[in-house]
Amino acid sequence: MNPSAASTRRPIHPPPAPASAFPCNPGSLLSASDLTLDGISLILTRATALENQDPLTRDRILAKRRVALLFYESSTRTRTSFELAAKGLGADTTLVSSLSSSIEKGESLKDTGLTLRALGAEAIILRHNSSGAPWLLEAETRLPVLNAGDGMHEHPTQALLDLRTILAHLRPGTHTVTAETLAGVTVTIVGDILHSRVARSNMQLLPRLGARVLLCGPKELLPEIAAQTGPGIAIERNFEAALRQSQAIMMLRIQAERLSGLQLDLEEYKANYQLTGPRLAAQASTAIVMHPGPIIRGLEVTAGVADGVQSVILEQVKNGVAIRMAVVERALTTAQQQGGRA
Amino acid sequence: MTALVIRGGHLIDPAAGVDGLKDILLKDGRVAEIASPGKLKQTNGAAGPGVQILDATGLTVAPGLIDMHVHLREPGQGYKETIASGTAAAAAGGFTSVAAMPNTRPVNDSPEITRWMQAPERNASIRVFPIAAATRGSKGEAINDFAALKAAGAVAVSDDGLPILKDAVMRETLAAAARVGLSVIQHAEDTRMTHFAGGVASMNAGPRAFRLGLRAWPNEAETSIVERDIRLVQELRDARAHLHVAHISTAAALAAVRQARRNGLRVTCEVAPHHFLLTEEHVGLYNTNAKMCPPLRAAADRDAMIEGILDGVVDAIATDHAPHAVHEKEVEFENAPNGITGLETALGLSLRWLHGEGKLPMGRVLSLLSAQPAALLNLKGRGTLTVGSFADVVVFDPQTEWTYNARETRSKSRNTPFDGWAMQGKVRWTISEGRIAYRSE
Repeated sequence: MNPSAASTRRPIHPPPAPASAFPCNPGSLLSASDLTLDGISLILTRATALENQDPLTRDRILAKRRVALLFYESSTRTRTSFELAAKGLGADTTLVSSLSSSIEKGESLKDTGLTLRALGAEAIILRHNSSGAPWLLEAETRLPVLNAGDGMHEHPTQALLDLRTILAHLRPGTHTVTAETLAGVTVTIVGDILHSRVARSNMQLLPRLGARVLLCGPKELLPEIAAQTGPGIAIERNFEAALRQSQAIMMLRIQAERLSGLQLDLEEYKANYQLTGPRLAAQASTAIVMHPGPIIRGLEVTAGVADGVQSVILEQVKNGVAIRMAVVERALTTAQQQGGRA
Repeated sequence: MTALVIRGGHLIDPAAGVDGLKDILLKDGRVAEIASPGKLKQTNGAAGPGVQILDATGLTVAPGLIDMHVHLREPGQGYKETIASGTAAAAAGGFTSVAAMPNTRPVNDSPEITRWMQAPERNASIRVFPIAAATRGSKGEAINDFAALKAAGAVAVSDDGLPILKDAVMRETLAAAARVGLSVIQHAEDTRMTHFAGGVASMNAGPRAFRLGLRAWPNEAETSIVERDIRLVQELRDARAHLHVAHISTAAALAAVRQARRNGLRVTCEVAPHHFLLTEEHVGLYNTNAKMCPPLRAAADRDAMIEGILDGVVDAIATDHAPHAVHEKEVEFENAPNGITGLETALGLSLRWLHGEGKLPMGRVLSLLSAQPAALLNLKGRGTLTVGSFADVVVFDPQTEWTYNARETRSKSRNTPFDGWAMQGKVRWTISEGRIAYRSE
């Protein structure tokens, strides 16, 4: 740079954004990026220990503790597995869903959260259709908040159960993870990345263990900018080329409810991105096939692939209970030990 | 009390080319005399019956500030702000005039509402100049009667908050406004790129918006409207046509304005303090006090705003003061209304960063906040302190550093990302048409 030009310029450097104050409560799990590698290892270790523990002693861990499930969107897997996980540890659970509560009458998220806290809830598991809602709930209630999916943003327990599934097949017996645990592994996420909180949480989590995350899909569902959201993430639009590189394939549902005006030719989509038996056999005959559910058979995957030998979709569901036991335990015991930062 | 002497202060009046120690006599709402210290002829520098003396030794005296872009929320949304509370905040920030946008409830698209906003019953601390809606209900379809609105006191027309999308309507708006001598202020946002069936864009398009799962507001939505409007001004071939781009936020739109000016067109723009100081990073984890429209941009765009202020292509600093109640901002990010307050922080931030850090001369900073907006809105006798001008004055201590505390605001709302920020230059007195509208303790 020309020094005289530099001296006549008068650079202004306004202050950078302050560091995040989140999570307010150490028991919260808001984003996959909140967890350290040690934290991830602890959750994986506890998931296995809790899964193997005698249910009759396991249900003393959180006996009569109160956990609220606050669901603004429908859910089968996530809600049920969180509920089974909390109950499996002995906690009392209560479900508040937007369609059968005062939320319908216009009660705000803040007031709903404060009400649940006043009713004795010690942790809130939140699913919400708005990105960022768990941060608001945590800031207002200061309770441990577990993000069970917020808008198009994150679904951290899904990423953890996906990790447990991947480790079981590619790194059996591993519970303590490092930055190299998944070195050399390519995980391909296929389909509606734009609207997917599952994709975003996995994009945060997996590269930190050394995995390469390959994103695959049409431009309408996978903007170029997605590759710039973190390290270890790349885009490969050719499905066959992506499959050839993959040890794990994560198929995503087209989120018709969020498409809102996007023009998408489903027949063309299927021709290019549907995971079919022949495609799988030709390009990735040893890879595991994953799907966070719900599956739309005949759209993103064929029935044959969903039910096939490479499919680990139901293992993922099962892993959800174990992971969520560990995460609910962490929510209530971490906060208790440290009293929270609130 | 009809006469006021400001004694011993350092007068900076950029429009008049004054920069030195002066005494000023204000009488009957006007500037009556300016003289070297102790040399005022009409009073002999002494307090007499009906003459109040303000000792401004060590202080800067300047034309009262003019904010050409505020939302006072009246009529209709007095829980956010009233004309009384908004102008009290403005006076505390050194402003003696504000131009109030028409997105009230109902929309100010009539001479009746325009007059109602200026009525003495509103208890304004300072002068309020309504900007009337360009189209009926700000729906972007039928153009209002600009001559009638101007006669009622409107100083410009705008559908702020919404753009005038249709080419034909914008063309006719520019032509009709030119005929009566009003500026057209455009909120440049192609809503076809920012409004979706499933929701409205809430964050600048980029990796952060993708990462946070927020619908993206692309730069092109601003740029394309600015470029379209410039083309319409060019095609109009009417030297009276004046397009003013509200709260410009992107480097490309600023470049378009720069080029239009080189081509001899009357195209001007304003920048808000948040757009020259903050970036999309300040959204952090869904901070609704960093949500506004247009959104906080990438660092390159923010830097372009600073550059544009320093090199002069930016014509004014305007706050886009947009008060919202606490409960309205304590919601999910996407559901939170756009906007932040700004009247009490504009001077302190501008002095701290543009003058203090950027070494922009004090006179240039003050001009961006007074003389230039006065010229843009054609406010005769304001933005300067020559004899005969309105006695609109701000007196401030340029050296004082202080910290802004949003809880002490005079506004009814406190939705600001600048809470706790260091400010430079503390307002001592704000004088509106010869009356002290604000004094600090």
